[in-house]
Amino acid sequence: MDNKIRQLFPILQNKINNKPLIYLDNAATTQKPRSVVEAIEHFYFNDNANIHRGIYKLSQRATNAYEKSRKNIAEFINAKYTHEIIFVRNTTEAINLVAQSYGYKNFKPGDEIIISTMEHHSNIVPWQLICKKTGAKLQVINIHENGELDFNHYEKLINNRTKIVAIAHASNTLGTVNPIKKIIAAAHAHNIPVLIDGAQASGHIQIDVQNLDCDFYAFSAHKMYGPTGIGILYGKEALLNSMPPYQGGGDMIKKVTFAETEYADLPQKFEAGTPNIADVVGFGATIDFIKSVGIDVIAKHEKELLKYATAAFSNVKGLKIIGTAPEKTSIISFILDKIHPHDVATILDTEGIAVRAGHHCTMPLMEFYNIPGTTRASFGLYNTKEEIDILIEALTKVRKIFSR
Amino acid sequence: MNDLRDLYQQIIIDHSQHPHNFCPLEQASHKKEGFNPLCGDKITLYVNEKSGLITDICFQGAGCAISTASASLMTDAIKNKTIEEALEVFTEFQKLITTGKADHPEKLGKLSVLAGVVEFPMRIKCATLPWHTLKAVLTKDQNIISSE
Repeated sequence: MDNKIRQLFPILQNKINNKPLIYLDNAATTQKPRSVVEAIEHFYFNDNANIHRGIYKLSQRATNAYEKSRKNIAEFINAKYTHEIIFVRNTTEAINLVAQSYGYKNFKPGDEIIISTMEHHSNIVPWQLICKKTGAKLQVINIHENGELDFNHYEKLINNRTKIVAIAHASNTLGTVNPIKKIIAAAHAHNIPVLIDGAQASGHIQIDVQNLDCDFYAFSAHKMYGPTGIGILYGKEALLNSMPPYQGGGDMIKKVTFAETEYADLPQKFEAGTPNIADVVGFGATIDFIKSVGIDVIAKHEKELLKYATAAFSNVKGLKIIGTAPEKTSIISFILDKIHPHDVATILDTEGIAVRAGHHCTMPLMEFYNIPGTTRASFGLYNTKEEIDILIEALTKVRKIFSR
Repeated sequence: MNDLRDLYQQIIIDHSQHPHNFCPLEQASHKKEGFNPLCGDKITLYVNEKSGLITDICFQGAGCAISTASASLMTDAIKNKTIEEALEVFTEFQKLITTGKADHPEKLGKLSVLAGVVEFPMRIKCATLPWHTLKAVLTKDQNIISSE
């Protein structure tokens, strides 16, 4: 990846503590290219109006821009129909939507929901909430020490009480890419629907929902170089049609009387109230940006960085990588001697390096590894090998401070 | 870099790697847990109190160098103080950590090495977790303790 890409991201010119910013927290959120920010600005300055209701031209323009993004996203993940794309705030809201709508309708006492040990809290807690309401219970797939899913255990967990499987495409802590096609096929053999938490995959891996045959797929724009506060839930048309609305309000109705309300068709049924219009437009520009670079080009660059960093990390004394599955996104979690991740991150910050430290919203996973947390470096398309070299040097400095 | 040197002074590194009073206290008159859910720092504080005097204080837990050193130095500073005196130290420490300067530095003694934390606002909660847990013990606060 050349310098031209970096120039598309104005924030990368920033200095932190008088050092050039080295941003390695891309799994938390990515930086935004100029084109995405400009698309949002352009919308506010030229096309802003509320959507779907206005009789006037400007509202029509806003509606067109909003719906164009939906179409763009549908094509990007190869959805069969554009109305299978529901706009939500983020991946978390998408999972809550499915849990509260699909789950509330379908789960009965004793039913089971399968998740895995490596799930983010956002793919645990929404299911616990609906379990409390319905009497269903969670079943958790084991993982191997290297962070790979224990597929045999998964197959053993499937039974006639299983009502849904909800699993991450890629782990935000370990980087493990799960064999979701196989996971989906195994569930479908028992007519069980599958939700994929794609938050850590969408900007890194080509997604084809028809090829995967997943029933639900969720991701956020902000982890793929887009704005915060906007994400999507993809759901198969028939499933979404069978589900009750998640929230009620304007825009999701056909007819309202005090006695009864007739709901709108997809996708409006699940989009109550004025949505985050400008960021939906920004999301569309995000897809354009990724297409202009090429998701395969991004994936190749990140794979190279991961390989380079993994080799470099293994030369740092006292460093242990947590998560060494053969298939990984560009995430490296590690522990360094007995130094707490927060101390590592504070010292790295003084070198201008932004990394994540802590449990990464995967507390059960930390318990599995019996560690309080890790330091995590996660790479994006603008990161370079030179930055990894600086990180390695800084880690040596961390060790020095703690070995006095 | 100077800020960093201030933050990770030798005495802080020493206390984080070899914390004082780091053990459970059997038959403690008070036991309290503190927890910062965002960062995962955990502390269990054991206090023996007799007619308003803290006769013994120990802690256990998992945390960063700052929270561990803070807890270790706190137990040293608080032992054999009255509840009233301990609360005064709490107030002074709080002031030091958030402003960099205590009103009565003489009450803090060795604790003043933690003054460097003020330059790292994200880490203030690390240094104060043991103290909020202590305050909960002394004021008999039943709530879950966190400094986040």
